[in-house]
Amino acid sequence: MIEVKQLTKTFGDNPVLRGIELNIPRQQVVCLIGSSGSGKSTLLRCLNLLETPTSGDVLIEGRNVVDPKEDINRIRQDVGMVFQQFNLFPHKTVLQNITLAPIKIKKMDKIKAEELARKLLKKVGLEQKADAYPASLSGGQQQRVAIARALAMEPHVMLFDEPTSALDPEMVGEVLEVMKNLASEGMTMIIVTHEMGFAREVADRVLFLEQGIILEDAHPSELFTNPKNERTKAFLDKIL
Amino acid sequence: MEGFRMALDDMPLLLKGAWVTIEVAILSIIFATILGLIFGLFRVSQSRILQGIAKTYISIIRGTPLYVQIIFFVYALIPLIRDEPFPEVVSGVIVLSVNAGAYLCEVFRAGIESIDKGQREAGRAIGFTHSQTLRYIILPQAIKRMIPTFMNQFIITFKDTSLLAVIAVAELTYTAQTIYAINYQALAYLAVIGVMYWIMITFLTYIANLLERKLI
Repeated sequence: MIEVKQLTKTFGDNPVLRGIELNIPRQQVVCLIGSSGSGKSTLLRCLNLLETPTSGDVLIEGRNVVDPKEDINRIRQDVGMVFQQFNLFPHKTVLQNITLAPIKIKKMDKIKAEELARKLLKKVGLEQKADAYPASLSGGQQQRVAIARALAMEPHVMLFDEPTSALDPEMVGEVLEVMKNLASEGMTMIIVTHEMGFAREVADRVLFLEQGIILEDAHPSELFTNPKNERTKAFLDKIL
Repeated sequence: MEGFRMALDDMPLLLKGAWVTIEVAILSIIFATILGLIFGLFRVSQSRILQGIAKTYISIIRGTPLYVQIIFFVYALIPLIRDEPFPEVVSGVIVLSVNAGAYLCEVFRAGIESIDKGQREAGRAIGFTHSQTLRYIILPQAIKRMIPTFMNQFIITFKDTSLLAVIAVAELTYTAQTIYAINYQALAYLAVIGVMYWIMITFLTYIANLLERKLI
């Protein structure tokens, strides 16, 4: 469902992605790992054109996000994204954060949108926080609302950009739990993460990036226990 | 003390002038807000041309004195484009609006740019267009932050109305001038209108502080 061809991205003189080739079928859960600066976040952000690739193509369900003739706003509706810093809308309540896009973009009826939002809040375990403002929530709660907000557009794929990196350690579990449930429901997920335990347990596939290249692409049982590449090995030794 | 008695006797006239001051200031800030919002959006738009238009406008207005702008508009620009002059009040409101609009434009730009870029990304990532993101996500947050600076500009524009005396707008300063030109009681009349300005500005400042505390 996602095809990345010959993708490169250069910031100034600095090549961040150097020819990425990637195919992700429906319902696969893919974790991107690698040290900071390896290009994993940039790769993720190229998938929904938050970063414009320098060259190459990114096809989401056959639609090329790089093609200016494609309606990028329409494609993005099918691609949910969760950010490291949550990025909830602080001037809106939890419920309004979730219903804003369905109401304004999909022209969904307000009552229906709120019904959907409450259902999603229940799913992430926060139904009692519907009328709270984001500032009154903990980081873990905010991130769970952000996941619900993305799910409200009924996306076909979810992108996670280090979803637990800004969280206090005791809140990481609740967010990973929500993501785990999502994976078990068959959601296609691409996750940039440093949570190796999570990657090992939930991912169907782990990609190790270094200097803008996918150095290793394997099932977690393979990649974590028996890495083929020396640099993957060095990286894992350092963090595990 | 004779002069002050005369000034107090003329209070109905002076109050009429003060009322014109208030009207001109309010109308000007309303139009300035519209101009400021339009050009502020130009300023943060993705089009180089629109950015250029906004930058030129701001540069001209900020780079020249208001007094020169007023006499340039009334004695140079208007005769160039039409035979009949505008009524003085209309000219006054136009110049003050265009002037304050340029400053508010920068206030809007700064307000919009002060919002974390993650907000824009969250909006775009979920499928909102550039303008929907501005409208539903960025502006509601930015406007709240702009209110103190906006009120500050209103107070400046309120005081700037006195410069319109030079083109015979019948506001408070001009009213006082026309009277003391006849009875020579400049000290008393200028002191009295000074106090009147001070009362009005102090009241506005009070409102501004109230808004600031309520909203932030």
